Amino acid sequence: MEKPKTITPQDIKDQKIYQDWGLTDFEYNLIANDILHRLPNYTETGLYSGMWSEHCSYKNSKPVLRKFWSDGSRVLQGPGEGAGVLDIGDGQAVVFKAESHNHPSYVEPYEGAATGVGGIIRDIFSMGAKPVASLDSLRFGELTNDKNRFLLDKVVAGIAGYGNCIGVPTVGGEISFDPCYDGNPLVNVMCVGLMDQADIEAGRASGAGNSIIYVGAKTGRDGINGATFASSQFSTEEESDRSAVQVGDPFMEKLLVDACLEVTHNHKDILVGIQDMGAAGLVSSSAEMADKANSGVDLDLDLVPQREIGMTPYEIMLSESQERMLLCVKAGHEDEVLEVFEKHHLDAVVIGHVNDDKQYRLFQHGEVVCDIPTSSLVHDVPEYQHDVVEPERLKNVEEAKTPVINDVNDMVKTIIGQPTIASKESVYRQYDCRVQANTVVQPGSDSGVIRVRGTNKSLAMTTDANGRYIYLNPKLGGQIAVSEAARNIVASGAVPIGITDCLNFGNPDDSESYFEMDQSVEGISKACEKFDTPVIAGNVSLYNETDNKAIYPTPMIGMVGLIEDNQYITRSDIKEAGELVYVIGDTFDDFAGSEIQKNLEGNISGKIRFDLEEEFSNQRLILDLIHNHLIESAHDVSEGGIIVSILESLFQNDLGLKGEIDITKAQLFSETQSRYVVSVSQEDKDAFERLAGKKAHLIGVTDDSQQINLQLQDGRYVEDMTALKTIWKESLSCQMKSKA
Amino acid sequence: MKFAVISFPGSNCDMDMYYAVRDSLNEDVDLVTSDATNLDGYDGVLIPGGFSYGDYLRSGAVARFAPVMESVKEMAAEGKPVLGVCNGFQILTEANLLPGSLQHNTSMEFISDWSKLRVQNNDTMFTDQYEESEVIDIPIAHGEGNYYCDDETLAQLKANDQIVFTYEDNPNGSCDNIAGVVNEQGNVLGMMPHPERAVESILGGTDGLKLFKSLLNHVRS
Repeated sequence: MEKPKTITPQDIKDQKIYQDWGLTDFEYNLIANDILHRLPNYTETGLYSGMWSEHCSYKNSKPVLRKFWSDGSRVLQGPGEGAGVLDIGDGQAVVFKAESHNHPSYVEPYEGAATGVGGIIRDIFSMGAKPVASLDSLRFGELTNDKNRFLLDKVVAGIAGYGNCIGVPTVGGEISFDPCYDGNPLVNVMCVGLMDQADIEAGRASGAGNSIIYVGAKTGRDGINGATFASSQFSTEEESDRSAVQVGDPFMEKLLVDACLEVTHNHKDILVGIQDMGAAGLVSSSAEMADKANSGVDLDLDLVPQREIGMTPYEIMLSESQERMLLCVKAGHEDEVLEVFEKHHLDAVVIGHVNDDKQYRLFQHGEVVCDIPTSSLVHDVPEYQHDVVEPERLKNVEEAKTPVINDVNDMVKTIIGQPTIASKESVYRQYDCRVQANTVVQPGSDSGVIRVRGTNKSLAMTTDANGRYIYLNPKLGGQIAVSEAARNIVASGAVPIGITDCLNFGNPDDSESYFEMDQSVEGISKACEKFDTPVIAGNVSLYNETDNKAIYPTPMIGMVGLIEDNQYITRSDIKEAGELVYVIGDTFDDFAGSEIQKNLEGNISGKIRFDLEEEFSNQRLILDLIHNHLIESAHDVSEGGIIVSILESLFQNDLGLKGEIDITKAQLFSETQSRYVVSVSQEDKDAFERLAGKKAHLIGVTDDSQQINLQLQDGRYVEDMTALKTIWKESLSCQMKSKA
Repeated sequence: MKFAVISFPGSNCDMDMYYAVRDSLNEDVDLVTSDATNLDGYDGVLIPGGFSYGDYLRSGAVARFAPVMESVKEMAAEGKPVLGVCNGFQILTEANLLPGSLQHNTSMEFISDWSKLRVQNNDTMFTDQYEESEVIDIPIAHGEGNYYCDDETLAQLKANDQIVFTYEDNPNGSCDNIAGVVNEQGNVLGMMPHPERAVESILGGTDGLKLFKSLLNHVRS
């Protein structure tokens, strides 16, 4: 990079240097002519480029994000802060948010994933909450490809390396595979925190003269202008972006969590605001904090702890070095706060003050290097309305073909051996899911469940996404994404209370891609309103394209549910022989976007069918059954169809099953929505059937035979359970080890 | 009775250990930072799991130099109970309070799971509530839990009955399936599995409780 001193404001204009940082001519002219009425200098142009990037400003996605339903009686903090907050009673609150780290994880998978975990954890404790659990939703290309195996291996190691060290249990998540994620893996991380409602903090810097305190790791030249990097497409020929990826230090962040929570709990009266330094680092945290309080700040960059010498204001302000926090503290009380950080062996320095003229002013070596209206960084970014064009593939869609099953035994083995379907134990075994000693239901069930210590309540949490359905029908697919998450929550005995999302899409300038985002958000929002699960936080990741090939539109839903009494906690595994197994919900020929369709046809197509009312009514039924102690286990039906859910329910305790199911061989693999596999003890049979009515279909009784034996409409399916379990359990690690 | 749980920078199971003593054992317990220079008044000391000082050099290698370790050594020399779990075990071997060392798991991956342990020696102050050869379920969560010692040390451990717990299904490559050992005097126990995570049925098991009860009985008597 050229030395900044040699680049004058006139050079920036004449050579259009701003374009390299992602600003358009229109945006640059807006800054120069309408906001500043002068040419912005090098530093100022850089700050605008970071703050006006899609990653920070949501300038492309805002019109869509407004469609989200964010109301509801539990909402204490909706979108707009570090994370959303919901009331869970007893003066307590749950705090959560999800974030994507897709681009960094492709370039440097270990650190990309690790810093994804670190970043979302900071969002949680910046609200004043103790991080109590995290989950990960991952997408990769097929494992037949070396690069994808490498990415999965390193991403998992990065999540484990960071999460295990910082001591936040990884209690759930999901992984699936499709060729469209080649070169564009998705790494979405969700973190959940718990707090007393009285301790809720906000990212605000108000009161002229109050101090701005910088805490944590020193600022280096890592991840400079990463927000801009995240807001552009990839090309396989350009991998020079490596410097835009940061390196994480979970030990440093552990110290930060402990110290910041001590400040928010014990020094609340003098703490004005606190925010983490995430995308666009120091500039976004300080500008957003000041802007929220309708104020401005003066910062002296000579005081910012720096890891390297000779850093320019541009580098200092746009560095995305990890493990840093910014606090605003009442004037005269700085020492109280600095002492806490010193005790925790952390660097903490007063780097500036809130001013009274709303300007964003930076000094270095005694000179003013930036002097611009604070609000212009946050508010004056233009919002773009995009054309919305329905893709051709969504018009005149035909019904998906019903697969012809020649050998049902073979087909079941093939499906449960697919990496998307097979057990993910080899992955989650690397995550410490029990640290903090609150984990009631560990990974492998429908939701992770952690108890709220000191109460008789628990929280259930899950992440879900299904790009295939959304690719085939964005609106219904959006509804299905929320429904699938809610099904997981409900099957755990919890009432769904809210969601966060990561909207992973392609280039918003592509009007078909924008259509997918717009329609799926409408679908998500409609389902959220139906289930009373407001969208309280989220994140947008656009430009998920490599060499102009986009991923499936893949909004990820992270949902939290509340279990009012721990006696209702329900797991997906059937406990013993002699239990009756039922399917809740009807099965039809739904093969569009299914695992079997992908397997047999190599791609996906066809009509998606979904009924939100039916979905909701089945969720209600499951909760009623659990609250009346009428079911012993519950497992939702998702990818792979009913046969996968039945087998998964049986595997844990090595049970067999014998019975009759009134569907065809092909329908074993149908992915009709809104269904569950539940088990019922013999003594509850009558009461169960009275309550469940026509929605329940008895399919058999569990036994110790090590065999599944099901009479179908068009034949009988008999198979050895041990053989099936081996395939299901070992497929993923086998495929990770094999060479292409 | 009063126990000290030592909290190093980077410890992350300190509160779990604290709650196990306070809520499941109903005994007095303090969280003591690693800067402390005095452990007078405590009947036993518990060194929890985590990543002390980030474990960046080698697990436990920096923690052994923390000021509090002098007092821990004094307590050990006085014959008072010292329990190190996971990173605590690593710290105790680094501090030469226990023989051997903990290497990377043979898989080179972190392993988090429930593990079956056999109580090899139920005649210690940490295990006398267990039956002889009882098999118990205790969670593990470590990347460096592969216990190693030379043949001579191993022979001594066996001769002195210092091997307290072994894995039924060795997850990490530990020599002779060792999951936990005591010092020659029998008052310092180090183990990789986490008994403090197995003290409530809602968490999946209570097999760790007998360890804490054994300890309590010993201190009381």
